[in-house]
Amino acid sequence: MDRLLETFFNPEVMVTSAPYLVRGLWMTVRLCAVVIPLGMAAGLILATLHHLRHRWLNVLLIIYVDLFRAFPPLMLLIFVYYGLPYVGLVLSPFMAVTLAFMLNTSSYYGEILRAGIESIPHGQWEAARSTGLGRAQTMRYVILPQAVRSVLPDLVSNTLEVVKLTSLASVVALPELLRMARVAQGVTFNPTPLILAAGIYFILLWPFVRLLSRMERRMLAPAA
Amino acid sequence: MIDSFFNLEIMAQVLPSILDGMGITAVLSILVILTGTVLGLLLATIRALQKRPVDLIIILFVDAFRAIPPLVILIVTFFALPYVGIQLSGLVATWLCLSLVLAAFAEEIFWAGILSVHKGQWEAARSTGFTFLQTLRFVVLPQAMRLALPPLTNRAIAIGKSTALASVVAVPEILNQASSAQAQYANASPLTLAALAYLAIFIPLVVLSRWVESRFAWKH
Repeated sequence: MDRLLETFFNPEVMVTSAPYLVRGLWMTVRLCAVVIPLGMAAGLILATLHHLRHRWLNVLLIIYVDLFRAFPPLMLLIFVYYGLPYVGLVLSPFMAVTLAFMLNTSSYYGEILRAGIESIPHGQWEAARSTGLGRAQTMRYVILPQAVRSVLPDLVSNTLEVVKLTSLASVVALPELLRMARVAQGVTFNPTPLILAAGIYFILLWPFVRLLSRMERRMLAPAA
Repeated sequence: MIDSFFNLEIMAQVLPSILDGMGITAVLSILVILTGTVLGLLLATIRALQKRPVDLIIILFVDAFRAIPPLVILIVTFFALPYVGIQLSGLVATWLCLSLVLAAFAEEIFWAGILSVHKGQWEAARSTGFTFLQTLRFVVLPQAMRLALPPLTNRAIAIGKSTALASVVAVPEILNQASSAQAQYANASPLTLAALAYLAIFIPLVVLSRWVESRFAWKH
Protein backbone atom coordinates (compact mmCIF):
# COMPACT_ATOMS: atom_id res chain seq x y z
CA MET A 1 0.00 0.00 0.00
CA ASP A 2 2.80 2.40 0.95
CA ARG A 3 4.53 1.63 -2.29
CA LEU A 4 1.35 2.32 -4.24
CA LEU A 5 0.94 5.69 -2.54
CA GLU A 6 4.63 6.43 -3.02
CA THR A 7 4.31 5.65 -6.73
CA PHE A 8 0.98 7.16 -7.70
CA PHE A 9 0.34 9.82 -5.05
CA ASN A 10 3.83 11.00 -4.22
CA PRO A 11 3.51 14.38 -2.41
CA GLU A 12 7.00 15.53 -3.35
CA VAL A 13 6.40 14.81 -7.01
CA MET A 14 3.07 16.60 -6.78
CA VAL A 15 4.83 19.75 -5.60
CA THR A 16 7.51 19.49 -8.29
CA SER A 17 5.01 18.88 -11.07
CA ALA A 18 2.45 21.50 -10.01
CA PRO A 19 3.98 24.34 -12.09
CA TYR A 20 3.99 22.11 -15.19
CA LEU A 21 0.38 21.13 -14.70
CA VAL A 22 -0.76 24.69 -14.07
CA ARG A 23 0.86 25.79 -17.32
CA GLY A 24 -0.73 22.86 -19.12
CA LEU A 25 -4.15 23.56 -17.67
CA TRP A 26 -3.90 27.19 -18.79
CA MET A 27 -3.15 26.04 -22.35
CA THR A 28 -6.11 23.63 -22.23
CA VAL A 29 -8.38 26.48 -21.14
CA ARG A 30 -7.09 28.74 -23.93
CA LEU A 31 -7.60 25.96 -26.46
CA CYS A 32 -11.19 25.42 -25.30
CA ALA A 33 -11.85 29.16 -25.38
CA VAL A 34 -10.90 29.19 -29.06
CA VAL A 35 -12.20 25.83 -30.30
CA ILE A 36 -15.64 25.80 -28.64
CA PRO A 37 -16.91 29.21 -29.89
CA LEU A 38 -15.44 28.61 -33.36
CA GLY A 39 -17.03 25.16 -33.61
CA MET A 40 -20.38 26.44 -32.41
CA ALA A 41 -20.33 29.40 -34.81
CA ALA A 42 -19.41 27.19 -37.76
CA GLY A 43 -22.08 24.68 -36.70
CA LEU A 44 -24.67 27.44 -36.53
CA ILE A 45 -23.73 28.54 -40.05
CA LEU A 46 -24.10 24.94 -41.28
CA ALA A 47 -27.50 24.57 -39.62
CA THR A 48 -28.74 27.91 -40.95
CA LEU A 49 -27.60 27.08 -44.47
CA HIS A 50 -29.40 23.76 -44.21
CA HIS A 51 -32.57 25.58 -43.35
CA LEU A 52 -32.49 27.52 -46.63
CA ARG A 53 -33.76 24.21 -48.07
CA HIS A 54 -31.66 24.53 -51.18
CA ARG A 55 -31.53 21.02 -52.59
CA TRP A 56 -27.93 20.85 -53.85
CA LEU A 57 -26.59 22.89 -51.00
CA ASN A 58 -28.16 20.42 -48.57
CA VAL A 59 -26.56 17.47 -50.33
CA LEU A 60 -23.19 19.18 -49.96
CA LEU A 61 -23.86 19.97 -46.30
CA ILE A 62 -24.80 16.38 -45.52
CA ILE A 63 -21.66 15.13 -47.25
CA TYR A 64 -19.54 17.61 -45.27
CA VAL A 65 -21.14 16.64 -41.97
CA ASP A 66 -20.97 12.88 -42.56
CA LEU A 67 -17.40 13.09 -43.80
CA PHE A 68 -16.12 14.86 -40.72
CA ARG A 69 -18.17 12.63 -38.44
CA ALA A 70 -16.58 9.56 -40.03
CA PHE A 71 -12.95 10.71 -39.63
CA PRO A 72 -11.38 10.14 -36.22
CA PRO A 73 -10.40 13.57 -34.83
CA LEU A 74 -6.85 12.36 -34.21
CA MET A 75 -6.55 11.44 -37.88
CA LEU A 76 -7.73 14.91 -38.89
CA LEU A 77 -5.16 16.44 -36.57
CA ILE A 78 -2.32 14.30 -37.95
CA PHE A 79 -3.45 15.10 -41.48
CA VAL A 80 -3.48 18.84 -40.86
CA TYR A 81 -0.26 18.94 -38.85
CA TYR A 82 1.90 16.50 -40.82
CA GLY A 83 0.17 16.53 -44.21
CA LEU A 84 -0.36 20.20 -45.03
CA PRO A 85 3.35 21.15 -44.74
CA TYR A 86 3.96 19.09 -47.91
CA VAL A 87 2.05 21.75 -49.85
CA GLY A 88 3.89 24.54 -48.03
CA LEU A 89 1.22 25.18 -45.42
CA VAL A 90 3.07 24.97 -42.10
CA LEU A 91 0.78 25.59 -39.15
CA SER A 92 1.79 26.03 -35.53
CA PRO A 93 0.51 23.21 -33.29
CA PHE A 94 -2.10 25.58 -31.88
CA MET A 95 -3.38 26.54 -35.33
CA ALA A 96 -3.35 22.93 -36.52
CA VAL A 97 -5.35 21.80 -33.50
CA THR A 98 -7.82 24.66 -33.94
CA LEU A 99 -8.36 23.90 -37.62
CA ALA A 100 -8.66 20.11 -37.20
CA PHE A 101 -11.04 20.33 -34.25
CA MET A 102 -13.13 23.03 -35.87
CA LEU A 103 -13.72 20.74 -38.86
CA ASN A 104 -14.72 17.95 -36.49
CA THR A 105 -16.81 19.80 -33.93
CA SER A 106 -18.61 22.07 -36.39
CA SER A 107 -20.18 19.03 -38.03
CA TYR A 108 -21.43 17.75 -34.66
CA TYR A 109 -22.70 21.16 -33.53
CA GLY A 110 -24.24 21.60 -36.99
CA GLU A 111 -26.20 18.35 -36.72
CA ILE A 112 -27.43 19.18 -33.23
CA LEU A 113 -28.55 22.71 -34.11
CA ARG A 114 -30.17 21.50 -37.32
CA ALA A 115 -32.25 18.99 -35.34
CA GLY A 116 -33.15 21.76 -32.90
CA ILE A 117 -34.28 24.15 -35.63
CA GLU A 118 -36.29 21.40 -37.30
CA SER A 119 -38.07 20.60 -34.04
CA ILE A 120 -39.73 24.04 -34.03
CA PRO A 121 -43.17 23.89 -35.67
CA HIS A 122 -43.50 25.74 -38.94
CA GLY A 123 -46.33 27.86 -37.56
CA GLN A 124 -43.77 29.72 -35.48
CA TRP A 125 -42.05 30.89 -38.65
CA GLU A 126 -45.29 31.98 -40.22
CA ALA A 127 -46.46 33.77 -37.09
CA ALA A 128 -43.14 35.58 -36.67
CA ARG A 129 -42.93 36.57 -40.34
CA SER A 130 -46.51 37.80 -40.34
CA THR A 131 -45.72 40.21 -37.50
CA GLY A 132 -43.21 41.83 -39.84
CA LEU A 133 -39.97 40.20 -38.64
CA GLY A 134 -37.45 39.45 -41.39
CA ARG A 135 -36.05 35.95 -41.96
CA ALA A 136 -32.86 36.64 -40.04
CA GLN A 137 -34.80 38.29 -37.23
CA THR A 138 -37.21 35.36 -37.02
CA MET A 139 -34.26 32.99 -36.78
CA ARG A 140 -32.48 35.13 -34.22
CA TYR A 141 -35.35 36.08 -31.91
CA VAL A 142 -37.97 33.37 -32.33
CA ILE A 143 -36.56 30.11 -33.64
CA LEU A 144 -33.05 29.85 -32.21
CA PRO A 145 -33.92 30.52 -28.55
CA GLN A 146 -36.46 27.68 -28.64
CA ALA A 147 -34.26 25.42 -30.76
CA VAL A 148 -31.30 25.79 -28.41
CA ARG A 149 -33.49 24.99 -25.43
CA SER A 150 -34.82 21.82 -27.02
CA VAL A 151 -31.33 20.46 -27.80
CA LEU A 152 -29.54 21.87 -24.76
CA PRO A 153 -28.51 18.45 -23.37
CA ASP A 154 -26.90 17.55 -26.71
CA LEU A 155 -25.11 20.90 -26.85
CA VAL A 156 -23.74 20.46 -23.33
CA SER A 157 -22.77 16.86 -24.09
CA ASN A 158 -20.92 17.85 -27.25
CA THR A 159 -19.14 20.72 -25.52
CA LEU A 160 -17.97 18.27 -22.88
CA GLU A 161 -16.64 16.05 -25.67
CA VAL A 162 -14.76 19.02 -27.17
CA VAL A 163 -13.05 19.78 -23.86
CA LYS A 164 -11.98 16.13 -23.61
CA LEU A 165 -10.92 16.24 -27.25
CA THR A 166 -8.31 18.91 -26.54
CA SER A 167 -6.20 16.23 -24.83
CA LEU A 168 -5.37 14.92 -28.34
CA ALA A 169 -3.36 18.10 -28.88
CA SER A 170 -0.64 16.44 -26.76
CA VAL A 171 0.13 14.23 -29.76
CA VAL A 172 1.40 17.22 -31.76
CA ALA A 173 3.39 18.45 -28.75
CA LEU A 174 1.07 21.32 -27.86
CA PRO A 175 1.87 21.90 -24.16
CA GLU A 176 -1.64 21.37 -22.78
CA LEU A 177 -2.54 19.49 -19.60
CA LEU A 178 -1.85 15.93 -20.77
CA ARG A 179 1.37 16.90 -22.56
CA MET A 180 2.71 18.77 -19.54
CA ALA A 181 1.82 15.82 -17.30
CA ARG A 182 3.92 13.59 -19.59
CA VAL A 183 6.78 16.11 -19.44
CA ALA A 184 6.55 16.22 -15.64
CA GLN A 185 6.50 12.41 -15.58
CA GLY A 186 9.72 12.41 -17.61
CA VAL A 187 11.38 14.91 -15.28
CA THR A 188 10.40 13.16 -12.04
CA PHE A 189 10.55 9.50 -13.20
CA ASN A 190 7.22 9.03 -11.46
CA PRO A 191 3.64 8.58 -12.76
CA THR A 192 2.06 10.86 -10.13
CA PRO A 193 1.69 13.78 -12.61
CA LEU A 194 -0.42 11.55 -14.89
CA ILE A 195 -2.73 10.63 -12.04
CA LEU A 196 -2.93 14.31 -11.08
CA ALA A 197 -3.83 15.28 -14.65
CA ALA A 198 -6.60 12.66 -14.72
CA GLY A 199 -7.79 14.00 -11.36
CA ILE A 200 -7.84 17.57 -12.65
CA TYR A 201 -9.93 16.58 -15.67
CA PHE A 202 -12.29 14.68 -13.39
CA ILE A 203 -12.75 17.52 -10.92
CA LEU A 204 -13.26 20.09 -13.67
CA LEU A 205 -15.70 18.06 -15.75
CA TRP A 206 -17.56 16.11 -13.09
CA PRO A 207 -20.12 18.87 -12.38
CA PHE A 208 -20.98 18.98 -16.07
CA VAL A 209 -21.35 15.19 -16.28
CA ARG A 210 -23.77 15.30 -13.32
CA LEU A 211 -25.68 18.21 -14.82
CA LEU A 212 -25.91 16.34 -18.10
CA SER A 213 -27.27 13.17 -16.47
CA ARG A 214 -29.98 15.27 -14.87
CA MET A 215 -30.89 17.07 -18.06
CA GLU A 216 -31.08 13.84 -20.03
CA ARG A 217 -33.19 12.24 -17.35
CA ARG A 218 -35.60 15.17 -17.36
CA MET A 219 -35.99 14.97 -21.14
CA LEU A 220 -37.04 11.32 -20.84
CA ALA A 221 -39.05 11.59 -17.64
CA PRO A 222 -42.62 12.12 -18.91
CA ALA A 223 -43.20 8.47 -19.83
CA ALA A 224 -46.39 7.92 -17.89
CA MET B 1 -0.46 19.02 -54.58
CA ILE B 2 -1.43 15.86 -56.50
CA ASP B 3 2.08 14.55 -56.04
CA SER B 4 2.02 15.17 -52.27
CA PHE B 5 -1.44 13.83 -51.49
CA PHE B 6 -2.38 11.45 -54.31
CA ASN B 7 0.92 9.89 -55.33
CA LEU B 8 -0.32 6.62 -56.79
CA GLU B 9 3.07 4.93 -56.73
CA ILE B 10 3.50 5.50 -53.01
CA MET B 11 -0.13 4.61 -52.38
CA ALA B 12 0.35 1.27 -54.12
CA GLN B 13 3.39 0.51 -51.97
CA VAL B 14 1.67 1.52 -48.74
CA LEU B 15 -1.65 -0.18 -49.49
CA PRO B 16 -0.81 -3.59 -47.96
CA SER B 17 0.18 -2.10 -44.60
CA ILE B 18 -2.89 0.15 -44.57
CA LEU B 19 -5.05 -2.90 -45.25
CA ASP B 20 -3.37 -4.65 -42.31
CA GLY B 21 -4.16 -1.58 -40.26
CA MET B 22 -7.78 -1.70 -41.39
CA GLY B 23 -8.03 -5.26 -40.12
CA ILE B 24 -6.73 -4.23 -36.72
CA THR B 25 -8.97 -1.15 -36.56
CA ALA B 26 -12.03 -3.22 -37.50
CA VAL B 27 -11.33 -6.06 -35.07
CA LEU B 28 -10.43 -3.68 -32.25
CA SER B 29 -13.60 -1.64 -32.84
CA ILE B 30 -15.81 -4.73 -32.82
CA LEU B 31 -14.17 -6.07 -29.65
CA VAL B 32 -14.51 -2.74 -27.86
CA ILE B 33 -18.12 -2.24 -28.91
CA LEU B 34 -19.12 -5.77 -27.85
CA THR B 35 -17.31 -5.69 -24.50
CA GLY B 36 -18.39 -2.14 -23.70
CA THR B 37 -22.06 -2.64 -24.54
CA VAL B 38 -22.36 -5.94 -22.66
CA LEU B 39 -20.58 -4.49 -19.62
CA GLY B 40 -22.78 -1.39 -19.76
CA LEU B 41 -25.94 -3.51 -19.88
CA LEU B 42 -24.66 -5.59 -16.97
CA LEU B 43 -24.00 -2.48 -14.89
CA ALA B 44 -27.44 -1.05 -15.72
CA THR B 45 -29.03 -4.36 -14.65
CA ILE B 46 -27.16 -4.31 -11.36
CA ARG B 47 -28.23 -0.72 -10.86
CA ALA B 48 -31.86 -1.69 -11.45
CA LEU B 49 -31.61 -3.82 -8.28
CA GLN B 50 -31.40 -0.50 -6.39
CA LYS B 51 -28.84 -1.47 -3.78
CA ARG B 52 -27.57 1.84 -2.44
CA PRO B 53 -23.81 1.18 -1.85
CA VAL B 54 -23.46 -0.68 -5.14
CA ASP B 55 -25.29 2.13 -6.94
CA LEU B 56 -22.84 4.70 -5.60
CA ILE B 57 -19.86 2.71 -6.83
CA ILE B 58 -21.39 2.34 -10.28
CA ILE B 59 -22.24 6.05 -10.45
CA LEU B 60 -18.69 6.98 -9.47
CA PHE B 61 -17.23 4.66 -12.10
CA VAL B 62 -19.59 5.95 -14.78
CA ASP B 63 -18.98 9.60 -13.95
CA ALA B 64 -15.21 9.18 -13.85
CA PHE B 65 -15.07 7.45 -17.22
CA ARG B 66 -17.41 10.01 -18.74
CA ALA B 67 -15.40 12.96 -17.39
CA ILE B 68 -11.78 11.91 -18.02
CA PRO B 69 -10.66 12.04 -21.69
CA PRO B 70 -10.10 8.54 -23.16
CA LEU B 71 -6.56 9.45 -24.21
CA VAL B 72 -5.72 10.37 -20.60
CA ILE B 73 -7.12 7.03 -19.39
CA LEU B 74 -5.11 5.20 -22.03
CA ILE B 75 -1.88 7.06 -21.20
CA VAL B 76 -2.31 6.38 -17.49
CA THR B 77 -2.95 2.68 -18.16
CA PHE B 78 -0.07 2.33 -20.57
CA PHE B 79 2.58 4.55 -18.96
CA ALA B 80 1.69 4.59 -15.24
CA LEU B 81 0.73 0.97 -14.48
CA PRO B 82 4.19 -0.39 -15.45
CA TYR B 83 5.59 1.43 -12.37
CA VAL B 84 3.80 -1.18 -10.24
CA GLY B 85 4.75 -4.02 -12.54
CA ILE B 86 1.56 -4.16 -14.64
CA GLN B 87 2.70 -4.05 -18.25
CA LEU B 88 -0.12 -4.30 -20.79
CA SER B 89 0.48 -4.39 -24.53
CA GLY B 90 -0.79 -1.39 -26.46
CA LEU B 91 -3.57 -3.47 -27.98
CA VAL B 92 -4.82 -4.84 -24.66
CA ALA B 93 -4.53 -1.42 -22.99
CA THR B 94 -6.60 0.22 -25.74
CA TRP B 95 -9.17 -2.55 -25.73
CA LEU B 96 -9.52 -2.36 -21.94
CA CYS B 97 -9.67 1.46 -21.71
CA LEU B 98 -12.09 2.04 -24.58
CA SER B 99 -14.34 -0.81 -23.39
CA LEU B 100 -14.57 0.76 -19.94
CA VAL B 101 -15.31 4.18 -21.45
CA LEU B 102 -18.05 2.75 -23.65
CA ALA B 103 -19.41 0.72 -20.71
CA ALA B 104 -19.77 3.94 -18.71
CA PHE B 105 -21.71 5.69 -21.48
CA ALA B 106 -23.76 2.59 -22.28
CA GLU B 107 -24.73 2.10 -18.63
CA GLU B 108 -25.99 5.67 -18.49
CA ILE B 109 -27.95 5.23 -21.73
CA PHE B 110 -29.51 1.87 -20.71
CA TRP B 111 -30.29 3.20 -17.26
CA ALA B 112 -32.05 6.26 -18.67
CA GLY B 113 -34.04 3.90 -20.90
CA ILE B 114 -34.96 1.65 -17.99
CA LEU B 115 -36.03 4.65 -15.89
CA SER B 116 -38.30 5.85 -18.67
CA VAL B 117 -40.45 2.72 -18.33
CA HIS B 118 -43.23 3.41 -15.89
CA LYS B 119 -43.02 1.80 -12.45
CA GLY B 120 -46.48 0.29 -12.92
CA GLN B 121 -45.10 -1.94 -15.66
CA TRP B 122 -42.61 -3.44 -13.21
CA GLU B 123 -45.35 -4.02 -10.66
CA ALA B 124 -47.73 -5.52 -13.19
CA ALA B 125 -45.10 -7.88 -14.59
CA ARG B 126 -43.89 -8.94 -11.16
CA SER B 127 -47.48 -9.58 -10.02
CA THR B 128 -48.04 -11.98 -12.92
CA GLY B 129 -45.24 -14.10 -11.47
CA PHE B 130 -42.31 -12.85 -13.55
CA THR B 131 -39.00 -12.74 -11.71
CA PHE B 132 -36.89 -9.57 -11.62
CA LEU B 133 -34.75 -10.76 -14.53
CA GLN B 134 -37.73 -11.91 -16.59
CA THR B 135 -39.43 -8.57 -16.08
CA LEU B 136 -36.28 -6.77 -17.16
CA ARG B 137 -35.71 -9.05 -20.12
CA PHE B 138 -39.23 -9.36 -21.52
CA VAL B 139 -41.04 -6.21 -20.40
CA VAL B 140 -38.70 -3.36 -19.57
CA LEU B 141 -35.69 -3.73 -21.85
CA PRO B 142 -37.65 -4.07 -25.12
CA GLN B 143 -39.24 -0.70 -24.37
CA ALA B 144 -36.01 0.81 -23.07
CA MET B 145 -34.13 -0.31 -26.16
CA ARG B 146 -36.22 1.91 -28.41
CA LEU B 147 -34.97 4.92 -26.50
CA ALA B 148 -31.46 3.64 -26.01
CA LEU B 149 -30.67 2.59 -29.55
CA PRO B 150 -30.03 5.98 -31.25
CA PRO B 151 -27.66 7.38 -28.60
CA LEU B 152 -26.02 3.97 -28.23
CA THR B 153 -25.34 3.76 -31.96
CA ASN B 154 -23.78 7.22 -31.98
CA ARG B 155 -21.64 6.45 -28.96
CA ALA B 156 -20.50 3.12 -30.40
CA ILE B 157 -19.40 4.82 -33.61
CA ALA B 158 -17.54 7.49 -31.66
CA ILE B 159 -15.74 4.79 -29.67
CA GLY B 160 -14.91 2.89 -32.85
CA LYS B 161 -13.25 6.04 -34.19
CA SER B 162 -11.40 6.41 -30.89
CA THR B 163 -9.42 3.28 -31.75
CA ALA B 164 -7.23 5.78 -33.65
CA LEU B 165 -5.88 6.65 -30.20
CA ALA B 166 -4.20 3.23 -30.20
CA SER B 167 -1.66 4.71 -32.63
CA VAL B 168 -0.27 6.68 -29.66
CA VAL B 169 0.63 3.44 -27.87
CA ALA B 170 2.18 1.94 -31.01
CA VAL B 171 -0.64 -0.39 -32.09
CA PRO B 172 -0.20 -0.80 -35.87
CA GLU B 173 -3.76 0.21 -36.79
CA ILE B 174 -4.64 2.47 -39.74
CA LEU B 175 -3.40 5.79 -38.39
CA ASN B 176 -0.20 4.34 -36.96
CA GLN B 177 0.67 2.60 -40.24
CA ALA B 178 -0.08 5.77 -42.19
CA SER B 179 1.97 8.02 -39.91
CA SER B 180 5.06 5.87 -40.13
CA ALA B 181 4.67 5.52 -43.91
CA GLN B 182 4.26 9.28 -44.17
CA ALA B 183 7.55 9.79 -42.34
CA GLN B 184 9.28 7.08 -44.36
CA TYR B 185 8.26 8.36 -47.81
CA ALA B 186 8.24 12.05 -46.80
CA ASN B 187 4.88 12.28 -48.54
CA ALA B 188 1.30 12.82 -47.39
CA SER B 189 -0.30 10.20 -49.66
CA PRO B 190 -0.35 7.50 -46.94
CA LEU B 191 -2.45 9.89 -44.83
CA THR B 192 -4.90 10.32 -47.71
CA LEU B 193 -5.10 6.56 -47.96
CA ALA B 194 -5.75 6.34 -44.22
CA ALA B 195 -8.56 8.87 -44.57
CA LEU B 196 -10.12 6.70 -47.30
CA ALA B 197 -9.72 3.61 -45.14
CA TYR B 198 -11.57 5.27 -42.27
CA LEU B 199 -14.31 6.39 -44.65
CA ALA B 200 -14.69 2.83 -45.93
CA ILE B 201 -15.26 1.59 -42.39
CA PHE B 202 -17.20 4.43 -40.80
CA ILE B 203 -19.31 6.07 -43.54
CA PRO B 204 -21.65 3.05 -43.66
CA LEU B 205 -21.99 3.27 -39.88
CA VAL B 206 -22.68 7.03 -39.93
CA VAL B 207 -25.36 6.48 -42.56
CA LEU B 208 -26.76 3.62 -40.45
CA SER B 209 -26.90 5.94 -37.43
CA ARG B 210 -28.89 8.48 -39.46
CA TRP B 211 -31.34 5.72 -40.33
CA VAL B 212 -31.60 4.49 -36.74
CA GLU B 213 -32.18 8.06 -35.60
CA SER B 214 -35.10 8.61 -37.98
CA ARG B 215 -36.49 5.11 -37.47
CA PHE B 216 -36.57 5.36 -33.68
CA ALA B 217 -37.18 9.10 -33.49
CA TRP B 218 -38.58 10.18 -30.16
CA LYS B 219 -41.65 12.28 -30.72
CA HIS B 220 -41.94 14.94 -28.05
